Amino acid sequence: MPCLNLKDMTRIKVLKTYKIYIGGKFPRTESGRYYVPKVNRKGIANVCLSSRKDVRNATQAARKAQEPWADRSAFNRGQILYRIAEMMEGRFDQFVSELIIQGIEKKKAEKEVAQSIDRWIYYAGWCDKFQQIYSSVNPVASSHFNFSVLEPSGVHFIVVDNTSPLISIVSTLAPVIAAGNTAILLAPKKSPLSAITLAEILHTSDVPGGVVNILTGDKDELADHFSTHLDINGVIYSGNKKKYITQLRKNATSNLKRMRFYDEDWAKKDAQGPHYIKNVCEVKTTWHPIEVIGASGSAY
Amino acid sequence: MTKKSKKKTWDLVPAPESTSHVNIQSEYGLFINGKFQKSKKGKMYDTINPANEKKIAKITEATKADVDTAVLAAKKAYDNVWSKMTGAERGKYIYRIARILQERAREFAVIESMDGGKPIRESRDIDIPLAANHFFYYAGWADKLDYAFPNQKIKPHGVAGQITPWNFPLLMAAWKIAPALATGNTIVLKPAETTSLTTLLLAEVIQEAGLPPGVVNIVTGHGPVGAHIVNHAKVNKIAFTGSTGVGKYIHNALAGTDKSMTLELGGKGANIIFEDAAIDQAVEGIVNGIFFNQGHVCCAGSRLFVQESIQKEVLKKLKHRISTLIVGDPLDKNTDIGAINSNKQLKVIKDYVKIGQKEGADMYVGEQVLPKKGFWCAPTLFTNVSQSHIISKEEIFGPVLAIQSFRTVAEVIKKANNTPYGLSAGIWTDKGSKLFNMSSQLKAGVIWGNTFNKFDPGSPFGGYKESGFGREGGMHGLADYIKT
Repeated sequence: MPCLNLKDMTRIKVLKTYKIYIGGKFPRTESGRYYVPKVNRKGIANVCLSSRKDVRNATQAARKAQEPWADRSAFNRGQILYRIAEMMEGRFDQFVSELIIQGIEKKKAEKEVAQSIDRWIYYAGWCDKFQQIYSSVNPVASSHFNFSVLEPSGVHFIVVDNTSPLISIVSTLAPVIAAGNTAILLAPKKSPLSAITLAEILHTSDVPGGVVNILTGDKDELADHFSTHLDINGVIYSGNKKKYITQLRKNATSNLKRMRFYDEDWAKKDAQGPHYIKNVCEVKTTWHPIEVIGASGSAY
Repeated sequence: MTKKSKKKTWDLVPAPESTSHVNIQSEYGLFINGKFQKSKKGKMYDTINPANEKKIAKITEATKADVDTAVLAAKKAYDNVWSKMTGAERGKYIYRIARILQERAREFAVIESMDGGKPIRESRDIDIPLAANHFFYYAGWADKLDYAFPNQKIKPHGVAGQITPWNFPLLMAAWKIAPALATGNTIVLKPAETTSLTTLLLAEVIQEAGLPPGVVNIVTGHGPVGAHIVNHAKVNKIAFTGSTGVGKYIHNALAGTDKSMTLELGGKGANIIFEDAAIDQAVEGIVNGIFFNQGHVCCAGSRLFVQESIQKEVLKKLKHRISTLIVGDPLDKNTDIGAINSNKQLKVIKDYVKIGQKEGADMYVGEQVLPKKGFWCAPTLFTNVSQSHIISKEEIFGPVLAIQSFRTVAEVIKKANNTPYGLSAGIWTDKGSKLFNMSSQLKAGVIWGNTFNKFDPGSPFGGYKESGFGREGGMHGLADYIKT
């Protein structure tokens, strides 16, 4: 809660309520619980402490949204990702001031916001191009046309456990939805504000409800719930806690979730690339016979 | 020969492949550091011919100490030789393996059929040539990896631990060894306990090709040998093909480690026949989909979906076709369905057949007379099957087909995708737009349109969901043997 000083008393400021984002709506956690992240020992907001039920609700929303999102044309997904960048640019200052509230100094904050916007642009461009990089027509020996394409794995749960809250979220989320997956993202516990403001951006950027769902809360409390959920196809963990990785990998055995562990400094220029998209995709290979016309000039 | 035939006017004369030219030792040691060696403490066990239950040879049950020796040999070979060699030179070694396999193809085919029970027609025309082609294909990649991973710095994992199944013994060894070598890894491989012979013969080929000692090591034995490989601290990567159950055990075991893995697991493939399909070809596709290799195929089309309007016709033709299938001596060139790989697997299949009957499905069994000795199962169909029946949910891994009907495209997509597996699917229709729609909606790694059970070294193979992850074959198959 930002402290009020006397100068502010001329007008009472309207404080923002940070809520979670599920299926295109901004509910409070069904559990009614909250926590107060602190910067320099001062609380910065009352934030939802999401529950197992929130994870389930978000998963349901993400599953419902997945096929329609994947069925959009790649070109259309690219336009929507570009729109996200446009909307963020318009609220540049808000993102900066929120990062400052979360304890990041101004210059660094400005750099992080700029980078985050640019990263959306980067992945917006990949939406209708990565397929051409990773697909192949395979020269098989028999008389068949054979080709392999990438398809989204489905619903991914993303846990971000980094100190740069905005660029880490954008860097892990953008490739997931660029491919046609849907996502549930758990914001970093200590600095969750940027994630919620990003949800507001997504909400006004033509991203269909349910494509991205954003929760705030405790990654340790929720770990066993999302990593054993049978309707989640993949888990991405951005962080470096070894015990946590082991726990997630063990739990993922239940339905063989696709696990990705990133210990990247997302602020780095090269912490982006089409392989992050490939990492959340499956390879599908299709065969079909090619008619062989014999000496008679006809196959029949 | 082993057919009871009322309708046919004559039986085919037996045409067995000669075994005089094959060279099988009476016993095999472990292939470690370029040499066949005896285990220090390990016992020997018999590998038998499932078609007549006769012993073929004795093979070694490796111990933990043996696995340790093999892994250290692989590590040493990686550090001192293989990681320092240029891709071009590595490639030439792999080309040699391909060539020698081609030269010895006939011998390999006969032994594969003796040891595993598959028809010689399949081992001769599919398993062995494809295995050789696989080496040939990946040999060429060894010096071209930068083109497969542009703008990325790539490295091999180091020592790859590989565990192969009993249904395509040599072919699966080729699928694993060829890309691992091309990308610069060294190998400790364990073949399945019932079908180790052709992999041990491959070790001879590797010796003959002059590969540096320790680059490929073969350790034989049962499950615990695989567990020793999986849990060995100096193994950097695990590649496994086998059951989803064991795959999950491995997945769990590797949780606290830095090892990466690829898993090629089970399946319950949907084979979907639309009313506009070429029916006779589709019936051939059904037969090939479920009876190929006695149904011991992870990507088998074991769930048949027939559009309601043609169900009668398809079933009639399918039953007639089944009556012409020849079940018997795997070494006979006329044989369509060989022996079930082991007594253990035969029991599994029989249990499922019982379950299918108990669940209330209607059963049709081919009238073939089965040989007295050995392990056999006649082609079996179940109709009146529902989505909730165990026989339409679980992998049977035998010549048993569960048949369901459908009316609409939307319905069959839902039914076909309603499974934790996602390895393969078949679609039979003459309509291109329908085929492409189906192909993009089905959640499976390999889709066969108007064909089934086709494989090629250039074609990536692998599953969605609980059928595992990673790909084998093609350019995509390289990715699982490198790190960035």
